[in-house]
Amino acid sequence: MQSATRSEPLRGATPTPNAQRPTPPLTSPPTLAGTTVLTEPTLRVDDIGMRYGDIVALRDVSFTAKPGERVALIGPNGAGKTTLLSILAGIQRPSSGRVSLDREHVGWVPQHAAVYRKLSVAENLRLFARLEKVPDVEETVQRMLAQTRLAGRADDEVGRLSGGNRQRVNIAVGLVADPRMLLLDEPSTALDPRHRERVWEFIGERAEAGTTILFSTHNVGEAERYADRLLVLADAELLFDGTPGEFVALAGDVHDVEAAFVRFLHARGH
Amino acid sequence: MRWLLLKDLQILRRSPLLVALLIIYPVLVALLIGYALSRGPSKPKVAILNEVPKGQGSFDLGGTKINGDQYASRFFDAVDPVPVKNRAQALERVRSGQALAALIIPADIVSKLATGGLERPTLDVIYNAENPLKRQFVESTIQFQLAKANQALSGKFREVASQYIDLLLKGGTFDAFGANFRILGLQNAKAILEGVAASLPRGSPERKALDQVIHFAGLAIDNLDLSNAALSSISSPLNVKTTTIGAGKKQPLDSFAVAVAVTISMMFVCVLLAAGMLALEREENAFTRLARGLVSRLGLLTEKISLAALCAAAVGLAMLAGIGAFVTVDWGRFPLWLVAVVFAGAGFAALGVAIGGLAREVRAASLFAFLLSLPVAVLALVPSGATNPTLYDIIRVVSAVFPFRPALDAMDAALSGGGIGLPLLHLVILVLAFGAIARLSLRRFA
Repeated sequence: MQSATRSEPLRGATPTPNAQRPTPPLTSPPTLAGTTVLTEPTLRVDDIGMRYGDIVALRDVSFTAKPGERVALIGPNGAGKTTLLSILAGIQRPSSGRVSLDREHVGWVPQHAAVYRKLSVAENLRLFARLEKVPDVEETVQRMLAQTRLAGRADDEVGRLSGGNRQRVNIAVGLVADPRMLLLDEPSTALDPRHRERVWEFIGERAEAGTTILFSTHNVGEAERYADRLLVLADAELLFDGTPGEFVALAGDVHDVEAAFVRFLHARGH
Repeated sequence: MRWLLLKDLQILRRSPLLVALLIIYPVLVALLIGYALSRGPSKPKVAILNEVPKGQGSFDLGGTKINGDQYASRFFDAVDPVPVKNRAQALERVRSGQALAALIIPADIVSKLATGGLERPTLDVIYNAENPLKRQFVESTIQFQLAKANQALSGKFREVASQYIDLLLKGGTFDAFGANFRILGLQNAKAILEGVAASLPRGSPERKALDQVIHFAGLAIDNLDLSNAALSSISSPLNVKTTTIGAGKKQPLDSFAVAVAVTISMMFVCVLLAAGMLALEREENAFTRLARGLVSRLGLLTEKISLAALCAAAVGLAMLAGIGAFVTVDWGRFPLWLVAVVFAGAGFAALGVAIGGLAREVRAASLFAFLLSLPVAVLALVPSGATNPTLYDIIRVVSAVFPFRPALDAMDAALSGGGIGLPLLHLVILVLAFGAIARLSLRRFA
């Protein structure tokens, strides 16, 4: 039985096609520093595939994610990152395979702010809290306003906020139901460095609180800085699943993930 | 779903342009239509130059006094007369636009009319051709009034001619040039001649000549007896019998115009609103969030249809109330109005969500909705007989595919009576059909 802890080693020095690796069961007893602990994966993906007619968007993708883990999904354009996240979010159904995930406890943050510009920050949070059937709507709204540091802008229409603040509202809406897993599609795109930093800080706080974070990004540097694990997707397949350090080591003679990523893709004809 | 409905109402409240479109536009349309219906066509300004000297408007025809001023006043009632002093002034009024036309009544009109039709007077009418619509309006008004005057005068002439014929036939007294004449009459003349002929011996040449005169008198009496009927048929050449066909319903023009106004306004508001609000969910990227299970796709469509139908019902009722200030509407039929307005709103809203789902963008959806609604409304209003039967059948089929025609029928039935069941059933079928199209379109909405 395979372990699902962060200390689980990569399978050999070369990345193994994910389809060849068995994924652990949701109740596997992993070992951590010699101690057996019960850490149930928040997410388990088994051989999912997606086709649009003759076009294959995803092929036999399998992986798991644990509570509090920050997983970055990277890959070239058209690799299938958004399709994979859409399937995990429940927006699309896969053509094949299985996703084990408690959908009621998944927060979804699309790439572009999915909030109503004509409503205020508080009204957006209130609306989605009601739709998520949160028990105490007002308490949740106040908590999210405090966490996003937008309490002072609570009554401002979202359309009047800066891109960064709008993205914070977008993330906050994804978190109103206090999900165990948060899916983010390129959360820092189009943000200036200051706002980007704030967003990652906010996401980091959620991970420390035990929320599993799975995000896609084009910014490989961000993936290196903010992720515990990398999933490299290219040509509809998952080509690498491991830590940033393992990814750099795999590439050899490079010192960062970005250089490793370029070399990795180049070696596969990209 | 109620939270989404509340959210959409909040968005509408914060969209002043949209609210202006939803409220001010239909109210303005209602006011304009109500004003137009209640006021009727205005009288055209016509410059009048009457060259007949004052007090000489009457003439004598065979001992009967005919008052020309009486006929002129009927004409002046139909126009807004602008008195002028001479022909140049009349031309100037028309040229400057102060009058749409000028009518010049010649000085010899009385003397020519007094000939009893032997001489025909000529009226001068001058139009301003600057605006063809105005010209057509004033031209038809003047022509109509002149035709009426001609008819009235010819009737009077016929009456006088009949009196003459009666006098010739039966005899009597006749006043002319201040003197009183006695007319023997053909019937009396014939009786006298027959008496004289009977006193003459048979075979006498005088009796033979007298018999010829008696025979002529008989023929003249018989034929002049028929002349009254002949004169009547000339003054009224066609006898018109009016027959109304239909399903036993005489449709008041006002209520049909109200139904058209309300249905058109509701259609635009409802289709645009439903299409725009659904497309907005995608433009705001919120659809992906909602479609994750927060709201079912069918629930989302139901919410948009409900929202648009609710707004359309409010708009429709506001319009009816607005038009009711100008035109008599039967408030006792209010429950039927409500039913018609709600079903029509649902039909238009279903079309709107189908458009919104297919177009996927607010601007494209609005344009699509507008471009589709306008010809659909126009086609549905094409009357039978206005085009060839095959084309009309095609128009009927096209109209039946969209909710405007059944919505108009339902509104008309609610306002003025008639069967409302079939139009409502038609609308229900269209709601289901367009709802299905919208549901399918959401597959590629994310």
